[in-house]
This record gives sequence, C-alpha cells and structure tokens, in this order.
Amino acid sequence: MTAPKENLAVLTQFRQDFAIIADWVKLGSKVLDLGCGDGSLLYFLQGSLDVRGYGVEKDDANWLACMGTGINVIQMDLEAGLSGFEAQSFDTVILSQTLQAMHHTEGIVQEMLRVGREAIVTFPNFGYWRHRMQIISGQMPVSENLPYQWYDTPNVHLCTINDFEQFCAEHNIQIEERRVLTDGKPISVMPNLMGSLAMYRLQRGDMKQA
Amino acid sequence: MNESSSVGIVKPQTAHFTEPLTLKSGAVLPQFDLVYETYGTLNSDKSNAVMICHALSGNHHVAGKYAETDKNPGWWDNFIGPGRPLDTDRFFVIGLNNLGGCHGSSGPSSINPETGEPWGSEFPLVTVEDWVDSQARLANYLGIQQLAAVIGGSLGGMQALQWALAYPERVRHALVIASAPNLTAQNMAFNEVARQAIITDPEFYDGDYYAHGAVPRRGLRIARMLGHITYLSDDAMGAKFGRKLRDGKIKYSFDVEFEMESYLRYQGDKFAGEFDANTYLRMTRALDYFDPALEYDGDLTAALAKAKADFLVVSFTSDWRFSTARSREIVKALLDNELSVSYAEVTAVHGHDAFLMPDPHYHSILRAYLRNVDTGGAK
Repeated sequence: MTAPKENLAVLTQFRQDFAIIADWVKLGSKVLDLGCGDGSLLYFLQGSLDVRGYGVEKDDANWLACMGTGINVIQMDLEAGLSGFEAQSFDTVILSQTLQAMHHTEGIVQEMLRVGREAIVTFPNFGYWRHRMQIISGQMPVSENLPYQWYDTPNVHLCTINDFEQFCAEHNIQIEERRVLTDGKPISVMPNLMGSLAMYRLQRGDMKQA
Repeated sequence: MNESSSVGIVKPQTAHFTEPLTLKSGAVLPQFDLVYETYGTLNSDKSNAVMICHALSGNHHVAGKYAETDKNPGWWDNFIGPGRPLDTDRFFVIGLNNLGGCHGSSGPSSINPETGEPWGSEFPLVTVEDWVDSQARLANYLGIQQLAAVIGGSLGGMQALQWALAYPERVRHALVIASAPNLTAQNMAFNEVARQAIITDPEFYDGDYYAHGAVPRRGLRIARMLGHITYLSDDAMGAKFGRKLRDGKIKYSFDVEFEMESYLRYQGDKFAGEFDANTYLRMTRALDYFDPALEYDGDLTAALAKAKADFLVVSFTSDWRFSTARSREIVKALLDNELSVSYAEVTAVHGHDAFLMPDPHYHSILRAYLRNVDTGGAK
C-alpha cells in the first residue's frame, strides 16, 4: 500500500499552458522541468504522457510538495548552471514561468539547449496591453501572470515577446513553435500587445538540418 | 503532525552463520555472528523490511531502549517508531552491528571459535562490500528476499549504495545520506591520523592488547577527538562553545581552559571506555577502501549502471567531511543511468553530525520520501 498523495488540489484545475506543453512533449520521452515548483506540471506530464521526468527546485517547501506528488526532484539552484546534467541527455528541458526570475538568463537558456534536444520556455509577456496601460497610468504592472508588487517580486528580467525573439536570433536559438495565451485562450493577432503568456519550443540553431 | 513515539523496549538477537564468507581481501571467515534488532512487524509477504546500515561508531541498537531506566535510546531513535519518519506501523526495521564491530557481531574483540581467544589482530580487514554481503545473509536468515529500503548515513550511506550495486534485485529503495562515492585524500588523511594515534599507543601491542590485559585508550581517545572536530562545522563549534572559558578565567596551564576542550576530552574519554580500537581501525579502513568506480577507471556512471533501486540522496550544507558536492556526484551518476532519484540539500549548521539530528525539515524529507515507498510486494 502506498500512502495517499498530497497536494493534488492544484492538479485538478485544467491549465491551458500545461496542455500546450503536453502537446509539445513526446510520449514516453525524458523531461527535465527546471524550477518545477510544487511539481504539478511534471506530475501532469507523467500521468498523461508517461514521461520519465525529473524536476529541479531549490525551495524547501516546494521540494516537499513535489515529493508529495511522487515525482523525482533534485534540489539545486538553477543560477549555478546545469553541470550536474550530461549534454543532450534529455528530450525536452522545460523552464515554465521562471525565466523572468533568473539572474543568469543567457546562461540558463544556453544550458537548457546543451542538456536537452529541445527546450520549452514560457514567460509572462511584459508587452501585454494591460501591463502597458498600468505603466502609462504610472504604476508597475500587476496581473494574473505578474502577481507581485514591485517590492516583493522575484522577477528580475522581465521581457516582451519581441525582446525574447530578438534574444533568440542573437543567440543562435531556433524558434520551432510559439503559442501565446491570454486568460488561457490562444492569441494570434498582435500577440506582443494582446498576449499575457508567451510559450516557445526552441532548438539550437546549429542543430537544424540544412 | 502525527503523534509519534519511540519503539519502546527492544531486545538484541544474534544470528549465527556457518557458511564461510569470502571477504574482498581474499580472507575467509569460516563462521560468524551478527547481532541485530528489529522494530515493527514483518508483513505476510515479507515486503516491508528496511535495513539500517550504521556508520563508523554505530551498532545494532538503532532505536528504543533495553530498559525504561536506560539513559539514552538507540542512536537513530528520533527517526524510527510509530508515526516517526520511518514508521514502524508500516515498516519492519532491521538494525545490525557490522562484521568487525565491537557490540556483539564477530570482530577483533570477539572470541575466535577456533582458538577460544579474542581474534585481535587476526581478525581480517572487512570492506563495505563484505558488510553488504553479510547483511544479505542476515536478510536470508530472516526470510526476506527483497528489502523495501536500505538506509544509511555517512559510511552507512556507502552500504546503502553498495546494496543497490551488489544486489540490484533485492532492494527497491536506497537512501544515501551525508555520504560520498569514495573518500577524498583529505578525508582519508583524517582516518590515517586517527589510526596512527591508536597504532602508536604503547598499549596497542600490534592489535593483540586483549592478551596483555591492556587497552590503547589514549590512541582511541585522540582518534575520537579528531573525529568529533571533523563532524562539526566551524559555525556549529562556534555557536556551541565559541571561546568560552571553562572556569571564567585563563589559568595559564595545559589543563582544560576552553569549553571546547572539555567537550572533546569528554567525548574522547567516553568513547575510549566503550569502543574497541581494533574495530575503529577496521571501520576507517572500510571507509578508505570504498570506491565502486575504481574498477571502471573512475567512471562512477559506469559503476552505478548495475543499480535498479530508486534513490533518495540527502546532504547537508555545512558538512565538510562529506560535502554536498560529493552527494551531487552520486546524483549525477544516477541521473546518467536514468534511475529514479531525488536529491535534497538540507540547510543545516551541524556539519556531518546533522544526519542524526531531528531537524524538522530533514525529517520532513525522509517522511515524505518514505511515504512513497510501497510496502506491498515486489517492484
């Protein structure tokens, strides 16, 4: 008998971003989820796609929450890089809504594409019109995807969709696919203005077939 | 939080093994005894057994007391019992004294049945591999084919790892705590100083001090004092003793001036009065020799390819004798082999000693992991 799982309340809510990530992750593949939080994404992927997964999380309480779901979780600080993982040892490396809180932004994206054949990066789009409106009205943006006040936010490297795509071009990162969401619904028109959450499937530029 | 309690009054037992055990050194033990204790109840399909492997100075008395009046319970009592992280309402827990020990299992201070005298220097050097082989014999003796988990800290963690390598089909989970895939030169150097303290004690008599009615107490005492320094962090020693003077003023003598000295002398004296020097020598050598990657040209990933168990690896930030970096080496090799592994790095001030402390977060880690350990049949 296995003891009952804890922390499942959050897992019962449908999350559109999880569904898109699940669409990008292959059945039975090997997945590394960086900054995996309470483990709900990896738990969802293991349950729906039978992936072999590991989460990486530095926070003690989140580590315990992950253990409550039964996923594998490695406690470490992403800022130190991914030297504990072999090159090209994962099919997909995920950084879900964590990029904006990283100090070593360039380093972690490069490391993701060293360790994984593919990377999935999602982040709150700072260019979202509601954020722009709040700036115009003279205040720092607070929204569903940016729920913090300026003084307590862990976010240090906020960017817009345009910024990120320029970053990818300058760092030889190939964008394989992009999805943009607002309130869980897909956005196709003027995504940098209308989109709240940006989601990317990435590969190394030099990995592309000629 | 659940109500938790100790396992209560316990009783050691002895298993006698008559089938010879060939040791890694090539020496053969024609027969041997292992003294052990068990807590909890073995279930009907014998699938809920957990083995606790002890470290340098540990033994089979892991939890509970022999009598209500005992001053101290077993050495990991805070971890084991009904409602405790290793819950004896679910698990059947086995603690044993390793071969070469001095608490009832065959060792240098026990009687060699062939001579009727203490083994002394004749008792062979034993390795982590030998211990695990003898522990597998104990599992056989108890009718247990597969352990739900093997758990150990420090040298005990090396045994948990070795279980997964030597008997991959016989262990479902390995909990490797405050351990390392081998010792660094600095770590072995501490062991060498400890051994030299013992061996150069005039009362050592080349290990045959029993026959001379002597005890190399001074050497063992210094060895233990050295050990205690390395088991604590600088911060922990600072917090515990700082520069506190024993009598409030400096006396200009070599007697105890500082509280720290009082602590080390007390620990050294206590240990020298209850532990066997020959056992200490062998335990430190077992630490030195353990190196599963050696026969794989130092490739730990290749060495761990045999393992099938799920792993929990835990380290402590202030542990400099078995540093977090060494635990991360184990984690990396397990990841390379795509094994199921979780790793926790506990923020702790107590140094290496932290693995025996009842730190709430540390215990939450062990509790959370062990909750996921299935007790109902083979994997």
